[in-house]
Amino acid sequence: MYKYDQYDQAIVDARVEEFRDQVQRRLAGEISEDQFKPLRLMNGLYLQLHAYMLRVAIPYGTLDSRQMRMLAHIARKYDKDYGHFTTRQNLQYNWIKLEDAADILADLASVEMHAIQTSGNCIRNISSDQFAGAAADEVTDPRPWAELLRQWSTFHPEFSYLPRKFKIAVIAAEEDRAAVKLHDIGLQIHRNDAGELGFRVFVGGGMGRTPMVAPVIREFLPTADFVSYMEACLRVYNRYGRRDNIYKARIKILVHEIGAEEYARQVEEEWAHVKTLGLDPPAGEFERIAAHFAPPAFEGGLSDDLDRTDPDFALWLDQNVKAHKQPGYAIVNISLKPVSGIPGDASSAQIDLMADLAERYSFDELRVTHAQNIVLPHVKKADLYTIWQQLEANGLATPNLDLISDIIACPGLDYCSLANARSIPVAQKIADRFAGLDRQRDLGELKLKISGCINACGHHHAGHIGILGVDRKGTENYQLLLGGSGAEDASLGRITGPGFDEDGVVDAIERTVEKYRELRTEGERFLDTYRRVGMDPFKEAIYG
Amino acid sequence: MVEFLRFRDDVPHEEPAVTLDAFLGQTNATAVRLESDEDARKLLPQLGQLALIEIAFPKFRDGRGYSAARILREAGYEGELRAAGDVLVDQIPLMRRCGFDSFVPEAAIDPAALERALGRYDDVYQKAADGRSPVWALRHG
Repeated sequence: MYKYDQYDQAIVDARVEEFRDQVQRRLAGEISEDQFKPLRLMNGLYLQLHAYMLRVAIPYGTLDSRQMRMLAHIARKYDKDYGHFTTRQNLQYNWIKLEDAADILADLASVEMHAIQTSGNCIRNISSDQFAGAAADEVTDPRPWAELLRQWSTFHPEFSYLPRKFKIAVIAAEEDRAAVKLHDIGLQIHRNDAGELGFRVFVGGGMGRTPMVAPVIREFLPTADFVSYMEACLRVYNRYGRRDNIYKARIKILVHEIGAEEYARQVEEEWAHVKTLGLDPPAGEFERIAAHFAPPAFEGGLSDDLDRTDPDFALWLDQNVKAHKQPGYAIVNISLKPVSGIPGDASSAQIDLMADLAERYSFDELRVTHAQNIVLPHVKKADLYTIWQQLEANGLATPNLDLISDIIACPGLDYCSLANARSIPVAQKIADRFAGLDRQRDLGELKLKISGCINACGHHHAGHIGILGVDRKGTENYQLLLGGSGAEDASLGRITGPGFDEDGVVDAIERTVEKYRELRTEGERFLDTYRRVGMDPFKEAIYG
Repeated sequence: MVEFLRFRDDVPHEEPAVTLDAFLGQTNATAVRLESDEDARKLLPQLGQLALIEIAFPKFRDGRGYSAARILREAGYEGELRAAGDVLVDQIPLMRRCGFDSFVPEAAIDPAALERALGRYDDVYQKAADGRSPVWALRHG
């Protein structure tokens, strides 16, 4: 894991004092709320329906037990004893007082954390593959590149007032666990024919009210040119992205309007100039960062055998534990989606427990996933049963990874000032309806995603089944979408037809999955069946 | 409170700035004002004759001027580069990094807050137009 040196620490410490100064000027009335807003937003502080919300950055979703415990401590001391893990691998607190914000940032800085650029029209927290360093299918660990981007983008003087927010994700595997094609820039590290590592660059993906799957603008970008090329991509956007309409200001609209080829041409032209400026750090800097991500000291010669006699343990193994590249080790997924729970929420006690398990059993590492779950990336198979027992005792062993109740949901109208409808109660009703594990397992991989408004924080466009909450003449109404995917086969869901009330949409989902059971062929996932047969049979099942 | 800030030692330029269109249509102007939607690169062929370039910030959220400033500095412009309009104290450190060296903010600025803001960060992560060495260079110096 990356550790701050004196430069990183000094910058984060200075940020705390800068924000303290800004808050004091606001509380003293020296600056208006309008002027304060972009300052607090650039530090992850939103004014929500009931209180301030603070979003803490978890760069590329990686953290250690000390950092995890600090998240629990802050939840206990300044919030209501829980936190909410988000689709961008961050953590949000929902009940923060403005007067406490600088003290919280100081606590975070003491464990090499911050809330820098977790909102605002700037380059946001860089996200990545939650299985980085553990997955068998990666060509390299993508996180050193993500850390390089974190440093490059932090307080970038030219790109702090972009037309709109800017999200970048980096992966290094064929399987896309980070939804790179639905990011402003998605980067996939791969090897060329000469065996060298480089980036496939996707630009202009996104969700929101105009969802787009990103086109490739460059098939192979040599790693040595990484930073200068990113600089060129951002400069073209900063100069030509639309600023006349907030809903058309994301880079996807620019790329769509001028075309991917023309955007790529402009980037190449800008890059021809920019790369002469010496913006790319030397290889030694990348190597310095990469050394922090060296594989942990795995034990060799461990057995892959497991005692599966406890049937509940075996269920959890089959659903939540994934293959590790190192023999004798496994990747543990901790579901934050218990039946009747709030997707992504964890109590301080649960956060502490997960920190303890990571420290004892996973080389002191945890990951946050964009599906709002937690990962222990490097666990000995021999320890799995003990870990499962402790998770089970703390409500963290729900064996539902990638099943219909592993729902992504935004905070919705229960918290969010932008929302049109509640998301959490719908997620809970769906999870209740499909609570039977046999039924869920029979339905297989089914990614269900719920957003409480058109901004799509709950990724509804990318759900195999998506739900969009809207406001229809003052009542909450839910539209149903089918056929989206945020993975390597990225696609956007289509709306089935007229919307439903809260119970109606749960019924419609039940009719949808029953239709799937009727139509599926052997081994076919819901998404595959939908792609094979199209919308019509489902429409008929839903609306009769 | 301060209404005009200048981080240069030379004598302030007196000639009023003309519009980009006017500048491109005449040969002898030495000061020009760029609106936020105008292309700074149009000035490049005649940079040598300019002593003052003023870049407009109609709203503090409009960040195009940051790119314009860097483009001008990257092309070798050494004259006065002024940010004018909705310029806030917390933006001036970033603008200084992009090459601005004078400021005419719409609302006067508290010099004490500005001094704190400008002295806040000892080091920076990326190269820009201000000649500061980024931390990656310091690490491998």
